[in-house]
Amino acid sequence: MEITLKVFRYNPEKDAKWHYETYVIEGQPTDRVLDLLEYVKGYIDGTLSFRRSCAHGVCGSDAMRINGRNRLACKALVRDVGTKITVEPLIGLKVIKDLIVDMEPFFDNYKKILPFLINETPPPADGKERYQSPEDRAIFDDTTKCILCACCTTSCPSFWANDDYVGPAAIVNAHRFIFDSRDEAANERLKVLNSMFGVYRCHTIFNCTEACPREIQVTKAIGEVKMAILRGKIK
Amino acid sequence: MSNLHQFEVVVVGAGGAGLMAGLYASRTAKTAVISKLYPTRSHTGAAQGGVGAALGNLEEDHPEWHTFDTVKGSDYLGDQDAIEFMCEEAVPAIYELEHMGLPFDRTPDGKISQRPFGGHTNNVTGKPVRRACHAADRTGHMILQTLYQQCLKNNVTFYDEFQVLDLIMSNGKAAGVIAVELATGELHTFHAKAVIIATGGHGRIWEITSNAYAYTGDGPAITLRHGLPLEDMEFFQFHPTGIYKLGILITEGVRGEGGVLLNGKGERFMERYAPKVKDLASRDVISRAMYMEMAEGRGINGQNYLYLDVRPETVNKYAALDGRTNPDGSPYRVTGEQILAKLPDIVDFCRVYLGVDPVTQPMPVQPTAHYTMGGIPTNKFGEALADEKGTVVPGLYAAGEVACVSVHGANRLGTNSLLDLVVFGKYAGLRAAEYAKGADFPPLPADAGDYIQEHLSRLRSGTGKENAFDIAREMKKVMFDHVGIFRVEAGMQQALQKIRELQERYKHVSVTDTGKIFNTELISAWELGNLLDLAEVITVCCLNRTESRGGHARDDYPKRDDVNWLKHTMIWKRNGQLQIGYKPVTITKYQPKERTY
Ligand SMILES: Cc1cc2nc3c(=O)[nH]c(=O)nc-3n(C[C@H](O)[C@H](O)[C@H](O)COP(=O)(O)OP(=O)(O)OC[C@H]3O[C@@H](n4cnc5c(N)ncnc54)[C@H](O)[C@@H]3O)c2cc1C
Ligand code: FES
Repeated sequence: MEITLKVFRYNPEKDAKWHYETYVIEGQPTDRVLDLLEYVKGYIDGTLSFRRSCAHGVCGSDAMRINGRNRLACKALVRDVGTKITVEPLIGLKVIKDLIVDMEPFFDNYKKILPFLINETPPPADGKERYQSPEDRAIFDDTTKCILCACCTTSCPSFWANDDYVGPAAIVNAHRFIFDSRDEAANERLKVLNSMFGVYRCHTIFNCTEACPREIQVTKAIGEVKMAILRGKIK
Repeated sequence: MSNLHQFEVVVVGAGGAGLMAGLYASRTAKTAVISKLYPTRSHTGAAQGGVGAALGNLEEDHPEWHTFDTVKGSDYLGDQDAIEFMCEEAVPAIYELEHMGLPFDRTPDGKISQRPFGGHTNNVTGKPVRRACHAADRTGHMILQTLYQQCLKNNVTFYDEFQVLDLIMSNGKAAGVIAVELATGELHTFHAKAVIIATGGHGRIWEITSNAYAYTGDGPAITLRHGLPLEDMEFFQFHPTGIYKLGILITEGVRGEGGVLLNGKGERFMERYAPKVKDLASRDVISRAMYMEMAEGRGINGQNYLYLDVRPETVNKYAALDGRTNPDGSPYRVTGEQILAKLPDIVDFCRVYLGVDPVTQPMPVQPTAHYTMGGIPTNKFGEALADEKGTVVPGLYAAGEVACVSVHGANRLGTNSLLDLVVFGKYAGLRAAEYAKGADFPPLPADAGDYIQEHLSRLRSGTGKENAFDIAREMKKVMFDHVGIFRVEAGMQQALQKIRELQERYKHVSVTDTGKIFNTELISAWELGNLLDLAEVITVCCLNRTESRGGHARDDYPKRDDVNWLKHTMIWKRNGQLQIGYKPVTITKYQPKERTY
């Protein structure tokens, strides 16, 4: 079938301003948008630039706007997005070239919430595992799925308005530790998230949950973090 | 030299192996971790099923059993001292990951949960044993995240999206690397006392693969160019269950949870090939059985695929026939919800890419190029070797999929790669830091960046009459057809000729992007050169080994030949010519036996 692929193009070394380029190519309903981009790069215009690696939705490299919605190009199939496809870079992060945006501010926000287990109590003397019940493990299961693709954060109007807002992805990762029964630093994280750039910037618009390619219940996780702040403690 | 950096230890790669090495090396030495991808994009994140260790959390198990299974799985080509070391270190390594915060699934009493995996057995009964520690079907994702988080906690220095293009050698010692900063196109020189290569595998050589775009074999291609050897390159693993046509992996954990393979006649054919463990035989055995079924016309509708069936009714039927029980002795049964809970990503992949719901429909699968057993030869401390006698290359280390210790021999068991990363990543990091403390910076040769500058300018100024994508496509096809699951002399000769022709054509590729910022076209063209060089090496090694062993299966030499071939292949490129040598296999406790499952 014939596919019309309209792609946002910007080469800072050549272009004064961004523009769109349209490619008409042959494809299959089962093609990934990533396959189409690869085809354009291979046979039509080698300068087209985008990130990708795993090609099956687990590494988080190729988040972009596809027909106005944040998706991973490797997880968006023609049969789901149609044969008229517009591809643009994520909003809210600086475009470096074509579909490549500057991810540094995104990762800086991630780092702010202390994204690592903090537990000063020595592990069991026999050297074995700390115990955790399956129920306690289940509480934060959903938020362990995050691949840091930035689909959620860059779909959030509050983040567009102010990129000092840590954003949904950082809160999701904070949730993963705050609700881990082995972690001891929930209060430090809650302090960060209780600041003016924390959870209260979230106005429950649900864009993030819709955008998440891992189907994480992002808004729900943010809600649980808000509740934890209100109650002043976790359990 | 512009953009000069100095670190005692430089780690190339930020997957499981590189992060572990970086974490340990940085404790005592000034260390940088350089990665072409953001660390969390590394392919370790794609690993699904589990990481092996004889914790014995659900039933009796011992590191010695794990050792024996690995030796047997390797078709007796693994070095037994290194295997024993890895399987013993496995137990503390898993606890260390847990202490770092890895969210393993839990048993009802709160311990790390474990599931069965191919080739891992109770050595007394021969039945599958629960040894794979898992976090749903995203164990690799959790390892990668946890290790990256620990690196952040410990302030490890990262150079993200810097791609290493060359190694610097100084009088036979490693002295650093040359890398391009992708965002600016600038070349950087990293002067170092020790270099650890942890760049992963090269499955992108084949048409159908579970491997990421980044799996282009940069590390081994670079060391080969420096006259250093590669080991056992003929051994590459084809995993039995890739999604038909796409190659995306369906973890062996599916069969661990009770899924079975069915042919076009609806038969559970593995009963015939591996009567004891059936669908949980090791991967080489299953991939070959699948090939036989399809070659004999028993694919689904006569096509080149089979079904992997994990529908509860199927699982329960065969579990009852096998007499499978839960740890408490009750009969093993599953529901659709349990399948979904244990294999959420698999269910998602099938829904997205196939439009198939594995809880109600079988999945079409075919073997997919998956794992590099061969690579840069090392000893069990991650020290890279210069020859068959075990001479160490001062300052050079390798760990992870890129290295050949060899713990996987001719065929890797599932869950043993993630284990390999954490164990040997750690030791490579420790050794490199220790070495750096006692060494001076080797002098930087004046011509350090010349070779790569020249190579890149050649890629920019080719005649342009050849297209890089066509070359890649043709390479992948010929390698999959002739240097894949089954191999014969004539086919491989044809492949070798083709690869050499493609290497010639590659010289005419011209990169159209003249810019510096994220010139991904230039980088991809450079990577293609690596793939072609390694495809040639692999094919030459495959032709050379006239026997069948593990992942290397030949129609014209169908038997394992211990008299002539119980040895590792070493290959060098000297003056443009490939030369082969051999290294003995280290055998400690287990004499080679016929392998049945
Ligand atoms: C789909 C899938 C499922 C798997 N499931 C399992 C499983 O259940 N259990 C198991 O044990 N194993 C599994 N494996 C195998 C295992 O995941 C890999 O072998 C392992 O993760 C490789 O880790 P690594 O650290 O060696 O490499 P990677 O994690 O791939 O890291 C390579 C690193 O090197 C960097 N790099 C590469 N080239 C350069 C360069 N030129 N310059 C700078 N940086 C560079 C990359 O950016 C990356 O950071 C699976 C593999 C796949 C593909
Ligand atoms: S390429 Fe990895 S998520 Fe798409």
